[in-house]
Amino acid sequence: MSRFLLNRLSQSIVLLVIVSIIGFTVLNLMPGGPLAQFGLDPGMTQKDVERLAAQLGLNRPLWIQYLDWAWRLVRGDWGHSFRDGSSVLAVIGQHLLATLLLMGTSTAVAIAAGTWIGIRGATHRYSLFDYCATVGAMVALSVPTFWFGLIGIYIFTLKLGWVPAGNMYTIGDGSVLDYLHHLILPSLVLSLVHVAIWSRYMRTATLDALSQDFIKTARAKGVSERRILLKHVVGNALLPMITLAGMQLPSILTGALVTETVFTWPGMGRLFLDSLGYSDYPVVMGLLIFSAILVVLGNLIADIVIATVDPRIRLG
Amino acid sequence: MTKRSATTSNYSRRDALRMAAFGGAAGLIAPHLLGKPVLARTSSAKPTGRVIVGLGQEPTVFNPLMVHIEVDDGVHFSVFDALFRIDPQGVVQPNLAVEVPNQKNGGISEDGLKWRIRLRDDVRWHDGKPFSAEDVKFTLELIMNPNFRSWRTAGHALVRDITVVSPTEIAWRMEEAFAPYLSFLTETFIVPKHILEKEANQNSAAFNQIPVGTGPFKWGQRVAGDYLELVANPDYFGEGPHIERLVFKYIPDITVLYTQFKSGDVDLVGQPYITPDHYGEAKTLASRVVTLVPRTAFESFYLNMERPQFKELAVREALYAAIDKEAIAQGLYYGVPAPTETFMPRQSFYYNPNLPAHEYNLDRARQILDQAGWVPGRDGVRAKSGVRLSFVNSTTSGDPLREQVQQFLQQTFTQLGVEMKISNLPAAVMWGEFWQKSQFDSVIVGSTYLIGADPDVTNRLHSRSIAAMGGRGSNNAQYSNPEVDALLDKGARTFDPEARRAIYYRVQELVRRDLPFLPLYQNNAVQGHKSGISGIVPNGNTRTESWNALAWHWAS
Repeated sequence: MSRFLLNRLSQSIVLLVIVSIIGFTVLNLMPGGPLAQFGLDPGMTQKDVERLAAQLGLNRPLWIQYLDWAWRLVRGDWGHSFRDGSSVLAVIGQHLLATLLLMGTSTAVAIAAGTWIGIRGATHRYSLFDYCATVGAMVALSVPTFWFGLIGIYIFTLKLGWVPAGNMYTIGDGSVLDYLHHLILPSLVLSLVHVAIWSRYMRTATLDALSQDFIKTARAKGVSERRILLKHVVGNALLPMITLAGMQLPSILTGALVTETVFTWPGMGRLFLDSLGYSDYPVVMGLLIFSAILVVLGNLIADIVIATVDPRIRLG
Repeated sequence: MTKRSATTSNYSRRDALRMAAFGGAAGLIAPHLLGKPVLARTSSAKPTGRVIVGLGQEPTVFNPLMVHIEVDDGVHFSVFDALFRIDPQGVVQPNLAVEVPNQKNGGISEDGLKWRIRLRDDVRWHDGKPFSAEDVKFTLELIMNPNFRSWRTAGHALVRDITVVSPTEIAWRMEEAFAPYLSFLTETFIVPKHILEKEANQNSAAFNQIPVGTGPFKWGQRVAGDYLELVANPDYFGEGPHIERLVFKYIPDITVLYTQFKSGDVDLVGQPYITPDHYGEAKTLASRVVTLVPRTAFESFYLNMERPQFKELAVREALYAAIDKEAIAQGLYYGVPAPTETFMPRQSFYYNPNLPAHEYNLDRARQILDQAGWVPGRDGVRAKSGVRLSFVNSTTSGDPLREQVQQFLQQTFTQLGVEMKISNLPAAVMWGEFWQKSQFDSVIVGSTYLIGADPDVTNRLHSRSIAAMGGRGSNNAQYSNPEVDALLDKGARTFDPEARRAIYYRVQELVRRDLPFLPLYQNNAVQGHKSGISGIVPNGNTRTESWNALAWHWAS
């Protein structure tokens, strides 16, 4: 196991270096840059822009900028935002919690609902429920999330007045109840897509497990259907789901770009969009590395969990 | 305007009245209709209530001297004070200074080189320390510190020999006479010396995240990516504030911003305001006040004068005649913008209303090109001396209204024998070197020419401001006219508003004649707020709707 971990770690470092070089190069090769937005300011001249570029170190050769950035990163300094000068790690930290709350809730809803729908669909194959679940999943996957968001706001906020139009909390309130009230609509909208994905995967995995020989054996032994389902089918069907969850970890943390925008949620997705819009290279690079680390970590955790759950798999 | 405007300004009563008249009667009457004066409160009641301003961009730079964007101004105007402020009529008013210097009161020497400013003695920083002339000196020197990431240095670069005469008086010498500097100072907020001088690096000072000013509101808290909150400064030296909390809420999606205005989550829609397509509906909303407010930005079809297609005036005239401005303003922009012939905002004292009116006439456009010898080729596109009348037009991608304007013009120009190709770019690319170094053929752009209310447009129209030719400014059309150059030089040295008006009238005439850009219309902001808030007065001379948040209050 330790050999496996060491191996993975060294591979990961190489991967991170490659990702960072590609990311840094692509980002910096885009014309424009963080100072382009001042091009229309009547008082800012080309000379002002050049002066600021020099002060920010943007006029140095690209490879020097990269080495400088990488060396700082190794020492734990992720750089400072061009927009407001605050540390990149602090900026990420400020947005992380909001995303964790939203994505955590919607993922929990999605897993619970998706698993149940998937299993029920598989055990009641070609029933009305199964057809409805299939059609529902297709719709949820085909329709853009922002559309669901806007429709949700129109119906439940503007027409019925049940839930707020957006935001994470009411400014000046911020009680647990207030947070929950604000969480309902965005987390439900966001979980729609994930319910669809989970239910489809779970349905297939359950059908696969149901067709295994050991299930037939269990049935032949007279084990009750309920027991077969809970003890043998679900456990086996969940195995591929662990990999899926591991792969989803980075997407959970990098946030739901569209949902966060529609619901004015101050999370990582919006931070990423904003930082790209401002060409705030240090923050974009920080987010890129952060995501890359999560991808590596997510896969590693999935591997370890699978090995723990399924004794047939050995790592090393 | 108000009692304060008329008496504390150093303009003579006649000057002030004349300027106010040109500023428009609406500006005069509005503050009184709204219940309280623009910059003053009439009672000493404790500030109460909260106003949430919804913004499409997040304010992030709180040191007002550092490079920043428009939305940050709302915070700066509330937390800090400048030596002067500019009122809706374009009249400079004292803020930290006790009077506005001019050549009559001796604040500015006859040759315009020596400036002397007297300051208030009753101002304190939010941490209780007294404000003094030392802070002003420190501020002006910090702007020119080569290691500091200053915003605009134009104007400040001319300041020499700053002398603190006393805690309430400061003087300096200008390298050359520069009348617009007064306007520049209305956007130069004074920062505290006693806090910033201790910092080894002012670019990364803690102050930049938790600013300390002298303004009507103190720093409250900021939740990154979400909102920031200011709280009333009960010890503010002036009248106000009336509201206890001022919140700037960040809502990036323009449709969502409007939805939250409708649902009541935001009390006031700030930049980028309500989109023109929602204007009709917004006007009908209950308990909301929705108005069109003239902005200083104006939309134009910008030409690169160094491109061979555009060198000839006849071509520019023909293209202008082929633009159906009224159809664009009414059909595509829901009647929100106002067609214009100049770059000067119509609310300005220097706006020239006598420019020749544009007339949409395709036949005349064809005639002009025929007479100038631009003959249609086999492909239908006109050409002359080997130059085809074909060019690329660019604007920021993702702006559906501008894209529609492009398509509309493309079709019209085709009827004229002119080929216009469309190639749009993301904003970060568009306004970079492509714009700054005049790498475009033509662009559709919404730009502001003025700083504050000063009519000086040297940076945009003087031939020494062409960055693509090594100049210092933003004359991106590469426009060059010696008469305009001379007038702009003269205008910058002239302090008398009447004399300056004649100069800038003439500049507008020449620019309208030469058409380095084809003026389309002046933008109007569709501003909206809850009807319970009083004291909101638009000021086109500032970049923010929150310029006078100290006067806002909830109707009891």
